[in-house]
Amino acid sequence: MELFLEYLKAFVVGGAICAIGQVLIDYTKLTPARILVSFVVAGVILGGLGVYQPLIEFAGAGATVPLTGFGSLLAKGVKTAVQEKGLLGALTGGFTASSAGIGAAVFFGLLVALIFKPGDKA
Amino acid sequence: MTNKDYEQLNKKASPPSKSYINIPYAFLIGGIICTLGEFLSNTYQGMGMEQDTAGAVVSVTLVFLSALLTGLKIYDKIAKHGGAGTLVPITGFANAVVSPALEFKSEGMILGLGAKMFVIAGPVIVYGISASIVYGIIIFLFKLY
Amino acid sequence: MSSKLGKYTYRMDNPPSVLAYAAIGSKKESEGPLASYFDIINEDTTFGEKSWEKAESRLQKDAVNKALSKIQLSTGDIDCVFAGDLLNQCIGATFGLREMGIPFVGIYGACSNMAEGLALSALMVDGGAMKKTIAVTSSHFCTAERQYRFPLEYGGQRPLTAQWTVTGSGAAIVGERVSPPYIKAVTLGCIEDLGIKDANNMGAAMAPAAAATIKRFFEDTCTVPDNYDLILTGDLGQVGSDLLHQLLEREGYHLGKKQADCGLLIYDRETQDVHAGGSGCGCSASVLCSYILPAVKDGRIKNMLFVATGALLSPTSVQQGESIPGIAHLIHLSADDDTKTRPSTAGGM
Repeated sequence: MELFLEYLKAFVVGGAICAIGQVLIDYTKLTPARILVSFVVAGVILGGLGVYQPLIEFAGAGATVPLTGFGSLLAKGVKTAVQEKGLLGALTGGFTASSAGIGAAVFFGLLVALIFKPGDKA
Repeated sequence: MTNKDYEQLNKKASPPSKSYINIPYAFLIGGIICTLGEFLSNTYQGMGMEQDTAGAVVSVTLVFLSALLTGLKIYDKIAKHGGAGTLVPITGFANAVVSPALEFKSEGMILGLGAKMFVIAGPVIVYGISASIVYGIIIFLFKLY
Repeated sequence: MSSKLGKYTYRMDNPPSVLAYAAIGSKKESEGPLASYFDIINEDTTFGEKSWEKAESRLQKDAVNKALSKIQLSTGDIDCVFAGDLLNQCIGATFGLREMGIPFVGIYGACSNMAEGLALSALMVDGGAMKKTIAVTSSHFCTAERQYRFPLEYGGQRPLTAQWTVTGSGAAIVGERVSPPYIKAVTLGCIEDLGIKDANNMGAAMAPAAAATIKRFFEDTCTVPDNYDLILTGDLGQVGSDLLHQLLEREGYHLGKKQADCGLLIYDRETQDVHAGGSGCGCSASVLCSYILPAVKDGRIKNMLFVATGALLSPTSVQQGESIPGIAHLIHLSADDDTKTRPSTAGGM
């Protein structure tokens, strides 16, 4: 039961964040690229203000998997790095925290591009 | 006919997006991807990983799955219905990296695949990292850490 | 020599014939209602080529060769080819036709290319400078997506106003008067822009140009929509067609059921997920050369206007926030060259 509730929370919070994105697509002139940028920057701000961490504790992957979670991860990484290295940490923290995700995207992107052929839609 | 008059005509003639379908779909598919993330996180922690490490490995796993589905031409088919549900999770970021790399391979390995890889997702890195640096400078200056 | 009627229309004194025509489509077109009318359908959208751009070049080459073979002509019989497409620097046309050895005039009017090529052909042939010319154009869904929008594998949603780029090509050989279809008049369009900025709503961007060109033709020839069996617009799609009717209604011209749109004919919007309809140079070109010209040839359509429309945007202009200019050229096609149906300043037919 507890496990079910945990998954339900992840589902609802993650779904809700995505639904906000869809509202922006349908009702504003924001292009998908702008929406992604907005979500990441919003995540940095919310993470920096300490508002996002409680949501992560509540919903787990429901809050970390959307790009707002990526943004909050950047803020968290910067904070840790500034504590350790001072001002230099402001530059290194974001990349350190996001390195696994970005590294994976670059490398798997390269592999997939090498292995697969571009295809038509339809 | 002025531009404004025409804009009015155009608004009436253009069908609006079917939000009553799009939004529930975005919720559903986004929710499913996040639930998958939660399941993976539990599985990895069950294997003895720490929470932070498990979180990173979850990201890597989702990115891998998205890259694979992009290569198999499945991700864009899900995205047609999922909309923001496939755009907003980290899988959408991965799709935005992989799809131009694959598509522009025909313009060569360096200026095609390599250079175009971040043509869509680049801004996310640029503004995400920049925002975090600004945040870092602020907390450093005001000793908020 | 063609004589000028009014300010914008040229009447052919000796109406040139469309001697032969050919249309090529691919998978999506093969699933549409006009599939059986195409000369060549290749369900492999790569056409066996290594890149999408090569595939599009192939479309033009095959369309020209098919049209030539229908009347046993060779490339040496052709005085000039008017060709264009949507790709940067029109490489669909230039690469497709480079081995043909036909004097080449590259044209760009976006999706209005077919009417532009036919208009130039008719003027050249009627003027006596050339005996036989070819108008050809093409579009390919994949090259257009790559250039104007997103990589094909990118997961995005298309708004309901968006149109689907036709993978296809149409080629028409124009020569001196022998048999129908005849080109009786052409009206060259001006660039019109009523401020539409949404690149996902090109029908709305092009409708003002179509309305302006059609109105000018009616004024120049003193005719009305009822004088024609069909007014065929290029690729306005559903949104653009609705707007065209409204714009012309305001000018006092009621199109009613006379108007049809190539973008709405080529696909089944209910089942093919194409949203507002088809688009691309290949849309009006392939519909004209597959479904329409045979009907004019055997008289099922006696008198019609072909109004191909183009959206003159580029990825750069869209990113810089510019509005989208539109253009439309008009070709008056007829099954007979009887002077009674020829538009004239003396009150039309």
